Amino acid sequence: MLRYVTDKKQLLLQNPAVKMKFQAVTLKVRQRSSRCPLKIVESKAKYRLIDLPEEHYQKANKVVDIDGVFGEDGDRKEDNNEDIPEDYKRIKHSALAILQWVYGPPLSTAVSRVLATLLEKDVPFQIIPVDMSKGEHKKPDYLKIQPFGQVPAFQDESISLFESRSICRYVCEKYADKGNKGLYGTNPLEKASIDQWVEAEGQSFGPPSGALVFQLAFAPRMNIPQDQGAIKQNEEKLQKVLDIYERRLGESRFLAGDEFTFADLSHLPNGDYLVNATDKGHLFTSRENVGRWWNEISDRESWKKVVEMRKSS
Amino acid sequence: MALKLYGTAMSTCTSRVLTCFHEKSVDFELVPVDLFAGEHKQPPFLVKNPFGQIPALEDGDLTLFESRAITSYVAEKFKGTGYDLIRHENLNEAALVKVWMEVESHQYNPAIAPIVYQSLVAPLQGKSPDQSIIDASVEKLGKVLDVYEARLTGTRYLAGDFYSLADLHHLPYTYYLMKTPAASVVHERPHVKAWWEDISSRPAFKKVAEGMKFGGK
Repeated sequence: MLRYVTDKKQLLLQNPAVKMKFQAVTLKVRQRSSRCPLKIVESKAKYRLIDLPEEHYQKANKVVDIDGVFGEDGDRKEDNNEDIPEDYKRIKHSALAILQWVYGPPLSTAVSRVLATLLEKDVPFQIIPVDMSKGEHKKPDYLKIQPFGQVPAFQDESISLFESRSICRYVCEKYADKGNKGLYGTNPLEKASIDQWVEAEGQSFGPPSGALVFQLAFAPRMNIPQDQGAIKQNEEKLQKVLDIYERRLGESRFLAGDEFTFADLSHLPNGDYLVNATDKGHLFTSRENVGRWWNEISDRESWKKVVEMRKSS
Repeated sequence: MALKLYGTAMSTCTSRVLTCFHEKSVDFELVPVDLFAGEHKQPPFLVKNPFGQIPALEDGDLTLFESRAITSYVAEKFKGTGYDLIRHENLNEAALVKVWMEVESHQYNPAIAPIVYQSLVAPLQGKSPDQSIIDASVEKLGKVLDVYEARLTGTRYLAGDFYSLADLHHLPYTYYLMKTPAASVVHERPHVKAWWEDISSRPAFKKVAEGMKFGGK
């Protein structure tokens, strides 16, 4: 057991941000809904982060085999200690392999975009807290994985990424056959239509809605004086964008077509704060189609879970 | 049937897509949209892009707007022809291309666009450039380019040691920036400068740059 912990330590130490971080993160990873709940529990041992309930050993392995995306043999080379049971080695690697690390607080809009995507795709993940009030996102260890000093950053067994929308796209493509299979489309035409509306979100919807959320919801809490001119200007901009959305959503149930996709999901983080934490919710609800669309997308289980995570964080 | 792009050659977003067409060696037709006559705000164009911005792409029954969504579509659809801009055979490389595409869109573009607008577009509209906006944006762009400089010290291009859509997306705005005094932000950073000279000398972009004339500059 001790040797297992040591192996894990070596592995984790390769990752500077993880090294910095692993004080104690309690997390619940729900894998395959109730069929195979893998619980990764808080541990007093600094470097031990995974402990599987024994009764799920077999199932956990099976999940990995079925998916066929994990468990590269090469990963097991380090386990050449004879006193570690074979089963345990397998479990260890299976469990480690299903980890996706998301750095940043769920309160952040960009972090919650990634969380909603992981939940839609039914991909297990672990949140690594980054204490922005202490400036942890500007410290050298963190800047190694996010050079702009922003949240979120993302890591899995093979890659380190940042920029929320590109993390979401990676997750959707890597786990194309998991969870909501149509989230990022199933062919180039669908994907193009989704990308088009994700760009509209990033370029047209994001800036004014983000500015309103900052001015109306965050500035007062941070004791920053509100800029009334910016509020007025951004509200006007957002009105124009939402007029276009109103027409679009009169033609189709969702932005990219008749299915809920990443294009809709990408609007949830700013939209949620705007509707629930400012007095500008009427911008959505006063528009018939936008209001209907908003009710539908914000009522998804994935998003409701993200909102819960925000509250408990 | 050839791809139809509605736009104008001097526009940054149009030339972003045109550069992608040339890299992919695909047939296309550029259908001019007269911005000075406000054609992009008229109903026939608004059907193609409800936001009233150029460019818009027509490929058979498909109509697309947003230049970065268009280039992604073209690079994906024609992944087998021309230069591979999206590293479609390697999931990790493809993911890094997307990371740096988002960096261009959300870090680089917001900093560089006001400089180009104030320096080159405002004078065309009879306005004098707002130097305070330029100064603030140059400072912002410098910080972004500090990260680029560190990145390009380790890899030849943004996403890795391969040219990709991530680099390509930077071309149009940077091309115009280099015609302003703010070009110093590039010259002051050796790796950024070498990267710029490399990507701007690709034949595909040189063809497009011939059409990028802003008020005679």
